Order: sequence, then structure tokens, then C-alpha cells
Amino acid sequence: MASVRQPVTIDGNEAAAYVAHKTNEVIAIYPITPSSPMGEHADEWSVRGVKNLWGTVPLVIEMQSEGGAAGAVHGALQAGSLTTTFTASQGLLLMMPNMFKIAGELTPTVFHIAARTVATHALSIFGDHSDVMAVRATGWAMLFSNSVQEVMDQALIAQAATLQARVPFMHIFDGFRTSHEVMKIERLSDDDIRSLIDDRLVHELRRRALSPDHPFIRGTAQNPDVFFQEREAANPYYDAVPGIVQEVMDRFAARVGRSYHLFDYVGAPDADRVVVVMGSGAETTEQMADYLNAHGEKVGVLKVRLFRPFSVPHFLRALPPTVRAIAVLDRVKEPGAVGEPLYVDVCAALGSAQRDNPALAEHPPVIVGGRYGISSKEYNPAMAKAVFDNLMEGRRKNNFTVGIEDDVTHTSLDYDHYLDIEPPDVTRAVFWGFGSDGTVSANKNTIKIIGEETPDYAQGYFVYDSKKAGAHTVSHLRFGPRPIHSPYLIQHAGFIGVHQFGFLERFPILDSAADGATLLLNSPYDPERTWDEIPRPVQEAIIAKKLKVYGVNAYAVAQQTGMGNKINTIMQTCFFAISGILPREEAIARIKESIVKTYGKRGEAVVQKNYNAVDASLSGLYEIPVPAQATSTVEPRSKAEAGVPEFVRKVTIPMMEGRGDELPVSAMPVDGTWASGTTRYEKRNIALEVPVWAPEVCIQCGRCSLYCPHAVVRAKVVDEQDWERLLAAQGRGLPAGNAPVEERRLGGNVLATVGEGHLPASVIPPAEGVACTLPGAQPPARMEERPSLGAHLPPTEELRRPAGLAPSLQWLPARWREPELSGKRFTIAVSVEDCTGCGVCVEVCPAKDKRAVGRKALNMEPVLPIREQAVANWAFFKRLPRVTPNAAFRYDTTKNVQLLQPLFEFHSACAGCGETPYLRLLSQLVGDRLYIANATGCSSIYSSNLPGMAYAYNHEGRGPAWSNSLFEDNAEFGLGFRLTLDKQTQFARELVERLRPRLGGELADGLLHADQESHDGIEAQRRRVAELRRRLEGARDPDALNLLSIAGFLVRKSVWAVGGDGWAYDIGYGGLDHVLATGLNVHMLVLDSEVYSNTGGQASKSTDLGAVAKFAVGGKRTPKKDLGMMAMSYGYVYVAQVAMGASDSQTIRAFQEAESYPGPSLIIAYSTCIAQGFNMTFSAAQEKRAVDSGHFILYRYDPRLRAQGRNPLQLDSKAPSIPLREYYYSENRYRMLAQSDPDQAERLLAEAQEHVRERWQLYDYLAHRPVAEAQPELERA
Amino acid sequence: MDLSTTYLGLKLKNPIVPSASPLSRHVDTIRRLEDAGAAAVVMYSLFEEQQHLESLQLDHYLEYQTEAFAEALTWVPTEPQYKLGSEEYLEHIRRAKEAVQIPIIGSLNGISCGGWTRYAAEMQQAGADAIELNPYYVATQIKDTAQEAEERVLAITREVKGRVSIPVAVKIGPYWSAMGHMASRLVEAGANGLVLFNRFYQPDLDLEALEVVPHLTLSTSEEMRLPLRWVAILYGRVPADLAITTGVHTYQDVLKGLMAGARVTQMASELLQNGIGRIREILVGLSTWMAEREYASVVEMQGSMSQQNVADPAAFERANYMKVLHSWRPDPAGQLFRAMLP
Repeated sequence: MASVRQPVTIDGNEAAAYVAHKTNEVIAIYPITPSSPMGEHADEWSVRGVKNLWGTVPLVIEMQSEGGAAGAVHGALQAGSLTTTFTASQGLLLMMPNMFKIAGELTPTVFHIAARTVATHALSIFGDHSDVMAVRATGWAMLFSNSVQEVMDQALIAQAATLQARVPFMHIFDGFRTSHEVMKIERLSDDDIRSLIDDRLVHELRRRALSPDHPFIRGTAQNPDVFFQEREAANPYYDAVPGIVQEVMDRFAARVGRSYHLFDYVGAPDADRVVVVMGSGAETTEQMADYLNAHGEKVGVLKVRLFRPFSVPHFLRALPPTVRAIAVLDRVKEPGAVGEPLYVDVCAALGSAQRDNPALAEHPPVIVGGRYGISSKEYNPAMAKAVFDNLMEGRRKNNFTVGIEDDVTHTSLDYDHYLDIEPPDVTRAVFWGFGSDGTVSANKNTIKIIGEETPDYAQGYFVYDSKKAGAHTVSHLRFGPRPIHSPYLIQHAGFIGVHQFGFLERFPILDSAADGATLLLNSPYDPERTWDEIPRPVQEAIIAKKLKVYGVNAYAVAQQTGMGNKINTIMQTCFFAISGILPREEAIARIKESIVKTYGKRGEAVVQKNYNAVDASLSGLYEIPVPAQATSTVEPRSKAEAGVPEFVRKVTIPMMEGRGDELPVSAMPVDGTWASGTTRYEKRNIALEVPVWAPEVCIQCGRCSLYCPHAVVRAKVVDEQDWERLLAAQGRGLPAGNAPVEERRLGGNVLATVGEGHLPASVIPPAEGVACTLPGAQPPARMEERPSLGAHLPPTEELRRPAGLAPSLQWLPARWREPELSGKRFTIAVSVEDCTGCGVCVEVCPAKDKRAVGRKALNMEPVLPIREQAVANWAFFKRLPRVTPNAAFRYDTTKNVQLLQPLFEFHSACAGCGETPYLRLLSQLVGDRLYIANATGCSSIYSSNLPGMAYAYNHEGRGPAWSNSLFEDNAEFGLGFRLTLDKQTQFARELVERLRPRLGGELADGLLHADQESHDGIEAQRRRVAELRRRLEGARDPDALNLLSIAGFLVRKSVWAVGGDGWAYDIGYGGLDHVLATGLNVHMLVLDSEVYSNTGGQASKSTDLGAVAKFAVGGKRTPKKDLGMMAMSYGYVYVAQVAMGASDSQTIRAFQEAESYPGPSLIIAYSTCIAQGFNMTFSAAQEKRAVDSGHFILYRYDPRLRAQGRNPLQLDSKAPSIPLREYYYSENRYRMLAQSDPDQAERLLAEAQEHVRERWQLYDYLAHRPVAEAQPELERA
Repeated sequence: MDLSTTYLGLKLKNPIVPSASPLSRHVDTIRRLEDAGAAAVVMYSLFEEQQHLESLQLDHYLEYQTEAFAEALTWVPTEPQYKLGSEEYLEHIRRAKEAVQIPIIGSLNGISCGGWTRYAAEMQQAGADAIELNPYYVATQIKDTAQEAEERVLAITREVKGRVSIPVAVKIGPYWSAMGHMASRLVEAGANGLVLFNRFYQPDLDLEALEVVPHLTLSTSEEMRLPLRWVAILYGRVPADLAITTGVHTYQDVLKGLMAGARVTQMASELLQNGIGRIREILVGLSTWMAEREYASVVEMQGSMSQQNVADPAAFERANYMKVLHSWRPDPAGQLFRAMLP
């Protein structure tokens, strides 16, 4: 039967989800990058009523973890439903126990895996095969797809095969390549799918299911007598799998026309060299093989599709008999193994074949193995050529790597970086976009236009930034007359679009421009001036490559046409206009059609503004004449100025400049240990407007610095004399970076710095140098050649800047208004180069100019005219010493807390992020003695995503000790910190006792009985520990050496487990609950944004009634889980709910009380998030609205109060004072439901309002009940 | 006794029409208004800006920070269709029409020509019996001339009229240099009726927060005198049905409005404050008053005290101002004066 197959332009995730949704009845999922979109697609389709092959809508459920999803899948399968899930990386590992069971029970199912790197020395969201290889022993068949079309095809082949074979299948494709590559493919029709799926096998699955109607037992406990035998009993099923898969592939080919084999050989039939590979790299390798064969060589590629069960006969049949040398490429590293998994299998296969085949045994081919593409490392034809070349006689390096420079163990193959083998009739275009300026959306649109409206084929791949605010994107687009098999980045583009002029300075953009290419610039300058503003090296490249250059002021057009900062439509129109890919008029008509398709449902105003933008674009487009010589005086700003630590200069800064791929192995730390506080070097300059301080209006309240999400607004109280001396020193032209640094090394690398607040040596006595040492064993001697972390550090990173500019007059400090520290000066500075321009500081500023109330103590101003001055002010500010207050000074108010140095700064969170002010506050209060266990999620990514590490250190070199274990185990990870602290503190105290005679009774007693409740008490203990070290210096006896190594534990530390609601409410709840129950002194900070933020807005158990989120498309039907109430039920856990915007003083109090509480504590911090859908500038006001409406109640539950005869629960917010509607409908997540299903929205709102009322009544009752009724404090373990 | 009247060609059972207000947001309330005796209902307004804003806002939040960060390419699930304000509004008109017998008058509030005026046609399709157009415009741009301000309102009136076949009333404010001329030009532009006057909400200053705050107060009968004057002046001079809105609280207010020349009197504040049942009470008061004075019908009294039908037409003009001034006598106790102090 003929069927019509629709061409669609979709990515691999959608292709897999399409077939999975068609062929399953139950889908249980949990989001994890890069597989999350598969579950989201399935959920949306089910919500919209899209039916599967049997005419029923699959049931989709989001679970609390991948472990939970696997359990649910296992159960659903056992009960007789066609069931699937989607996952990757650690998620797959969490499914592993169930996978053994599912396979052991011969249960047909397909898990679709967007293969991703498993976290080792670091987390990586990118792609390789380490996850699937880690579970290859589970007994699952493993079928690999190499392209988007194959994903759709083989998803079906896997489904059909598993039903027949009963062996469960992993259907695997490359994460962040195939999963996210948009391709024009042919969508399988329902008839195609129907023709492959045999309903009798589905009925068989149901017949084998558990049922009380025909009871039997599955999942027994077995003993040595039979377990082994039953394990072997399933062998025939595994033996049959290859044949079944091939038979299904053949049926598929007969029906659809695309032919697949377990091992697909392509290339010369008489090849002497063959590369064995699986995944998207096979496409690239094939392209190179074709090229080499066309140039007279004889090579081939063996694409492995069915890796498990590995069929030796099929493998041997596929291999050309002429082969003399084989390279096996693995996209995984298995440290310590003889070789990686595919290599080992190939060796074993050929080894066994030699036993049976004497001819082969006589002339066995040489087999070498190598690694490529780890964590999405680029693998392109040039690298493939290197692999083929390595098979030539005399080379044949085994255990090689390709794509990197390994100058340590010398595994890497050299390759030609400039090789271009792509056919000339393939249009190749690269676009550099700015975060959310719509570049990627427009490019996806362009692919759809070409792919679906013309006969041409289209491919799009998008490289995203790891930053959330101010990110950049690079889109790689190919169009051509034939299907495109190039799963690698474009290196020779005929068109380069630069959508942000500043990128010309920041990135090596023209590296990928082919000779004679067209360059389109979004230029904020006049046509006459644009050329002159192009940096000189870029001009030189333009001239050398003979580029044709066009300009358009897209931001101006966007402003004129109501597009705001969205320049996507404008740049897209210009691209079509000058690329000639379609006739201009036709292109414009197509763009307008696509505008209606994309935006039509959002209303006429949106369509109209886009139309206006299209119409206005071309009038602003102009060609820039290119002179024969470069004329620019603009030189790129380099971050690598004098004085930057060597490691930062040689490693961190190249990464910041997008040249991390060029770093050799020798530049890398060996164990995942990186320097703290490196975000300060990024200076991303992403804000167009920044706050400027007006001292005469300022009331010194501290709200601006408390709320600043990025810690760019800082306050100090300083001594006037220091100010004057520093000013005078600067006036004398003293070089900025002349403070001497004492560099101490211990072991290998040194992380060393002295921090802010130290005047140059010629002004005041030199600051003491401080060294933070990298732990670990002595590195190999060869490492001595490496740039050390922090060698030759300047006093501060800011001092690298010229000291020429004096602080501006407008910035002179005001008199500090409070009686404490009276007579001192107060000043605020803004690091404009790190600012995101969110405007939160201005919004929370309560001070108003009496002469013009619209002017506040901070006001947003365009950055360009003031940037250099502001940078000078900041440098000056950082050098000003803080005044050290006396012991009576309490850091318990916003006004005073602002004077504490943040040790969390310039992270990559979204502009206006509501989570980060809490972390900054924590770092201010206890940052110099803080351990943070950070659950995977937004808070771990914006803190630690290289190259910038946001947790910093103070002038003494102290700062948060931070680490991330996993998403699911964070509370336990934090507990581990506490266990070590408690144990080592105890041991240190024992050693102090033992060494009392040497230390002296007074010091020993001081150390053992120190009151460390206050800041001064802790400082005093630090001095004692320093004295201890002095007295034991040079000691050689074991006790003394032991004490020296752990004396630091005598100073009280603070352990915090930090994460989002996904962690605390869902995946990590069990651990969180257990750690609370232990009674041990671990503090939990839940940054509660009420949604999975990092993975893109999936519902968590913190998501409230009526909120629209992924997996709650029709509005969440259940209320937010009351985590605080659950924790309070223990009676001995300190619990608080805080929302800084509603009460900053309550927030500060809660943090201090929790920290001082000697047992477990839990702070649930209401955190605004862009996923909630409101203007983040008004974060604080929105938090207040959440509290005023009763959606979020502020309270503190302090078990210590019982001892005072008081009720431990104190309500800190008032009864709801505004209707919930006012809060709900100020956020898109709730408003969306009103726009899609108004009746349901009203019902859920009414229900939520009632819930708010009931909850308030309950809390009010609990807070005011007689204290005698309070539970007695439970005995601690 | 015949309380019926005609307005915009619609035969109404009495002259009381609830004006555009939150009262019409729920079909149940509209049904209650009918039960209480309302002759027609003017729906709450569909605002041009609201349409634009909802559309742009939805677009903004669907797009915001998407396709930028690798792990979160989108933030919210997309819907196949969104019911923006207009769809909800049109659906509401449909439901209201099904629920009640009385005419439903759609209310359109905006100030620019262009695509959004198609909502007038859609209101008609949804069943609206008439349109009340509210081109509320504050000419804050100093360079804008009075003529431009007038032209803007006239243009939009013409455009809306061009889109519908049902009658269109224009609700205007009192701040025109030449009200009479403006009224006649509006009629020339196609207005079938004039609703006097739009009661602008004026912002207030919060002295604690030093902020400008919106301020909403309900009207009083006292405020009716401005529209009363202009209805009396325009009656018989412009070929359009006149309606009074603002300050109609009692049956006496209704009587005054009718006598000045209004076909209907619109009310909202009274109903918001004292309940929908007030319509019934006012109708009783109206009937009683008419019976006592032997008025057979409402029509009989309409315009009976308009400027052209009173003995002293100057009472509605500048001469009246002089008369009021002369009637004032100093307050010996100074109480009135003190009460005027802030």
C-alpha cells in the first residue's frame, strides 16, 4: 500500500518522540538534558489528545527521578502496557537497577537515549557514549542511529524488534548532536508504523502480564541451586535478536525504501583500510571515505547499528575481505581498560573468527582503537582523515585520540585544520546571535522555509552558551539539493551573520569564513562609520578573504517597528535578501507566511510588528565598500592583560574567548580542581544600561546591594584618610599592581591571591600574601612546566587596569549615617562590566530625590558614555580598605550586611535571578567558613560552569568550599561534609589535649573552650590556630603532624546543602528528609522557584495549583507540597520560609538563626525565575505579592524557643491582604491557563484561593496555640 | 404607564441601562440585571491597549530567554491556540445573548485606527445589538492640536462605522473646546448616539510613597450636572440619540436625564455600591413619580427641559454662571470656607 510521507524539518528528539508516542500506551519520564524535549513532546501531544497507533491517547506521567521513572516503566510493563521512557547520562544510570530486571524478565520495551557524557571530574551536558556504555551489561539490545532520519526509522525498527525478540532495546543517538540537529526528513506515516508493528505480539505482551485473573509470580528470590541456570535459559532469545532485527530492517526497507543492516559497510568493496564507528560520527567518516575513494584510495566505513547483542557473523560478513587495517572509534573513555568497548568487541570478534578461519588467521588485519568526540568534542572530516591516515603502514597508533592535542601521554593524531571536502553546491551559513535576540528561532524558521517550501534539503545545528544571561549562540545552517550528511560544525561558510557587533572583538568569527564569503553585520553605527569600527584584525581578515560586507542597524529597525531587542526577523530578511538562496520577493512572501504560522496564534499585534520589521529591514540594508588596506584603529580588548595570574591567562581566558578547543591536555588540571573566583576576569560587558549612584539621594539602607542578583553593587564604609591617601597615590601615578605578593606553594599548583581592600605598598604597609592550596598528590614532574594556578597574582584583578582615571567627583563618598562607625565615609560602587542591567537595584531603592521623585539613589544610565569612568571607580573602590568594626557591630540588618564582602559574584544566572541574592547573602554572612554542597541545577550551573567560577575568596584567601556531587544526593553529600568536620574536629581536639604540654595550657584551653558564636569569637579562634601552627612548626612527631594537618577544623564551619525545588521536593527529597532526621548540623537552602528551572520549566512538586508548566500543560491540578510543614513535624529541625522581596530583615534573621542552630535546618527561599513569566526587574515586588496574597507564608520555626516557653513557630507575614488573583495573573505561568482554558483557570484559581485560606488558618492556629501543647523536643540521636 | 424608550434604534422597556462596568463580566450578573429590570446592558470595555498588550506580552513570555541556554531551549509548553482577551470577550457576548432577552451593547475602547477595530465587526457577529465606542484620549503631547485630537476621534468613529451595520454610539468626554460642533461632527462621522460623558479616572499622588497612584471613586449625583447641561443643549440639535452616564443614582436623576433629552440613562456606581436591586427600586420610584404627576410615558417627558424647550435657554449658558455667582452669599461662620481648606 502506498502511503504519503510528509517531509518535516525536526530534530532527533522530536523524531524519536514521534514514533515512541505512536507506539506506546504509557510513558513515564523525568527531565534530563539533552533528552528532556522527548518527554515534553510526548506530554504535549497527549494533552492535545494525539492518539497512538491503536487510537488511544498515551498516558504520560512525570516522575520524581529517573529511578522513579524506571520503576514506573517496569511496573507498567509488568501490568501489560506498551511503555517507554526517554533519558540520558546520570538519568540512565539511575535506571540501571530496573534495566537489569526488565531485561531479566524478557520484557519488550524501547528506551530512547540521547546519549550524554556521564559526570566524572566534572559534569557535562554534552554528548558521548559513556552513559550507554556504562549500562551495556544490563542485557539490553543497543541500537544506534546516526542521523535524524535514522532516529525516526530505527525508533520504529527497535519497537518492532523488541516486541518480537522480547529483549528490551536502548535506541541510542548522539546527545547534543543528533538530538538537537534540525533536519529535513521524511516522516513515517501511520501506515508505515502499522505495517511494522504486529498486534499479535502486543497481545502476547499483555498475555504475559501480571494479573490476578491468571496469577503467577515474577521477581522471585533465588538461591545458588537455580539462579545460574535461569540466567542462561534466556540465551536463545539473545541469540535470536540479530536475526530478528535484520528481518525487521528488511521489512522496513521493503516498505519505506531505506535499507539498514546490523553493520552497514560503505566505501570501496576492496578497501584495505576500514574504520568501525557508531553514532553520528559514522556519517562524517563516511563522507571522508567517499572523498578519499574519489581520490584513488581504497577505504571504507563499517557503521555499527546493533552493538548489543554483537553479532560476530554479521560483523564479519560486512567487513571487506581485503581489509588490512581497522581503526575502531569509540565515543567513550574507559580508563584502565585494554581498549574501549567497541574496540574490545571488534578484537574479540576477529579473534574468534581467526579460530574458525585459517586464512584470516594467517593475515589478520591490524586493529587499532581510538577515542573521539568525548563530551561533544567536534569530530569533522579532517579528523576522520587523520584516522584513515593512521591506518597506513608504518603508523597505526593504537589507543589514539583525535580532536584534541594530547601533549601529555601523546595519544592524539594530528589533523589538517583547514581541510574542506564539502560539495560546492551546499550553501553553508553561520550566524552569531546574542542569547535571546531570536537568532536561533529565526534560523529554525529559515530551515523550515527552505526544507518545507522548496525541494532543497536543510540542516541546522545550534551551539548554545553555558551562560544564562548575556549568552551567545552560533547557528550552523546547510542547504543543498541532496540529503545532508554532515553532523559537524561548518568550517568554510559562504555566509556569516554577526548579529551583535561586539562579537567581532570577542570571538574568532571569521575563522569559519570561506574565501569570497558574504558577511552581514548588525551595526549600531552609521553606514559611513561602520567600517572604521570593525577591529583591525577583522578588517585584515575581510580583505585577505575577499569578503563582501553588508551592514544593517537591526536594533534601530527593531526599535522603530516595536520589536524591542528582537532582531531575528530583520536579520533573517536581510539574509534572504543578500544570500540569493531564494528570489527576494519570494523569500519575503515566505517569511511573512512563516510569521503568520509562528506568531498568528499570539495575536494580531505580534504578526503586525513582525511584518513591519520585514518591510523596514531592507531599507536599512547597505553594502560596505572594502578598501584595499585595513584602516581601523580599533584593537580587540584582551582580557589577558599584564598581572593576570598565569593559569587564568593561559587557560581560563582562552576559554572565555572561545578558544578552549585549542588548549592541550597539559593545560588541564588532572582531577577536576579549578580555581575559585574566576568570574571576575570575564568582564562580559553585557549590560546596555547600568546603575549609577547618586550619593546625595542615598539613605544608605543597603537594599541595592542586598538585592543585586549578580553582586555588582557593593557598599563600603571607609576611612577618609585611606580615601585621600589612595587618591593622592593615584595622582602620583603609582603603578596599580605594585603590591608585593607573598606566594606560598605547597605541592604542585598554587591558587594564590590577596584580595580587595589593600592599598599599594607605597601607601600603606604591604598586605600579607595568602595561598589557597590545591589539594592532591604531587603532580608529575612534567607538570612543573604548566602555568600554575595563580602564579604572579596581582593584589586584585582590578589592579591590572590603568590607574589613570581618578574616581569621578560624583562618586565621592557620603558620610556614614549611623552612630556605629561614626565619622567614617560610606560609598557604593558598581562593577558595570559585570552588570547584566537587570535594574533590580533601582527598583528596590526606596530613596527618592526631593526635587524629582523619579530619580532615585541609583538610576539606570547608558553604559557606554560612563564605562571607563565606572571601571576606574570600581578599581579604586576595590583597593579601598574596609573599616573593621568593633565587636559590638552586628551584621543583622540590611544596612550593616551590605558592608560584608560577597564571596559569590558575577555568576552566569539570568538577569534579575531571584535565587542568587540568597546565595550572595549566605556568602556574606559565613562565606569565609562555608562548605556548600550544591545539587545539580541552575544554582550549580551559574556558579561553576567553566570558565567562570563565581564563588570567590576574601583578602585572607578564605571563601566557600564548593562542590557538586549529583542532583539526587545533595543532602547526603552535604552530610558527608559534616561527618568529616565532626570527626576531624573531634580528632583535632583529642590531639590538642595530647599536645597540651607543647602548646601550653592557656592555648590548649583557649582552643578547646572557644566561644565561636560570634564573628569575633571565630577570629579569635583563627588566631589561636595560627599560634598553634607556630608552636608546632618543625615538629616531626605523628601527633603534631596530624594536628597540623587538621588544625583548621578547630574553627567552626558552616555546612549548607543548596539546591532548587527539583532537588528538595522531588529527586533529593528522600535524602533531604533523612539528613534532617539525623539531627546533625547540616543546613539546607532550597531556592524555590516552583519549577525545574535549569532544564526548562518542568513542573515540580513545588509548582502550585493552576500553574502551567511542562508536564502541567493544562495547569497543575494539585497544590504545592508543604515541605516546611513536613520538616517541622520532626520538632527538632529549624525551618523557615523567606522571601527577600517581602522582608529582607526576616530573611537575614532566618539565615542567622538557621546557621546558629546546632542541629539541622531548612530554609525555603521563594525565588523568582524567568520561567514564572514576569518582568524580573520587579523581582522584589513580585516576591512581596506572593506573600501578600498568602501564596507564600513567611515564618520561622525555631525549636530553641520551647526552652523559653515560647511557641517555636513565629509567623512573619500577615494574613493575606490581596486576592490570590492579583498575584496569579501577574505571572505568565498562571495567566497562560486563562488564555488557553479560561474556565479551568477560574476553577483552579478558586480552588487555590480556598487552599490559601485554609493554609493560613492552619499556620495561624499553630503559631498561636498555647505553648504547652507544643511537642517536647525529641531526643537527639 | 409606558416606560419604554428607543435608543440606537433599539426598543427598550425602560430608560435604565447599566453602563460599561465590571457588572457585565459574568453572565449570571447580566441575568440578574435583566431580572432587576435593566432595559439593556452595556458590556465592560474591550480595550485596544489590552488587546495589544496581551498579544505582545504573551509573545514576549513565550519567547523570552528561549533558544539561548542549551538545557532550556523553551520555558513553557506551547498551546495550539490562545484565547486572548478578544476571544473571551466575544464568547462572553455570545453567552450573554443566549442568557437574556434584553439588548447587549458591546463596548470598544481605543484610540487608534487599524486592525483592532475589526473587533467591532466581531462583536456584531457575536450578537451585539449595538456598539458603544469609547475613544478615550488624553492629549498629553504638547504639540498635539485640538483639531488633531478631534480628528483622531472622528476617524476612529468613521472606521468603526464602516465595519458594522449595527448602530454605534460614541461615548465622549466633556473636554472639547466646542462641544456642540464636535457632537455634530461625530454624528456626521456616523455616530447613531452620543453618550455623555466618559468619566475619566484621575490619578492621585501618594504623599507617603511619593508615587502617582490610580484612584477610583464612585460617582455621586452631583456629577450628573455636567452631562445634564450638555444633553439639554444638544437635544434636538444633533440628529443622534443621547444617553446620560455619570452620576445617575436615583429615580430623580433618571427623570432629570430624560427631561434634559436623554433617551436612556446609564448607571454603574449606584449598582456597584448598593446592589443590582436598585434598578427595581428606581423603576418603582420613576413609575410612582410619573403616576403622581400623570405622565403617561417616558417619551412624553424626553427633552421637555432641554435648552430649546425651557423658558430660559440662557440658564444653560454663560448667563447661568453669573446667576450662580450672584446667588452666593458670604458664610458668616466661615464653615464653608474652612471646609474647603485642605
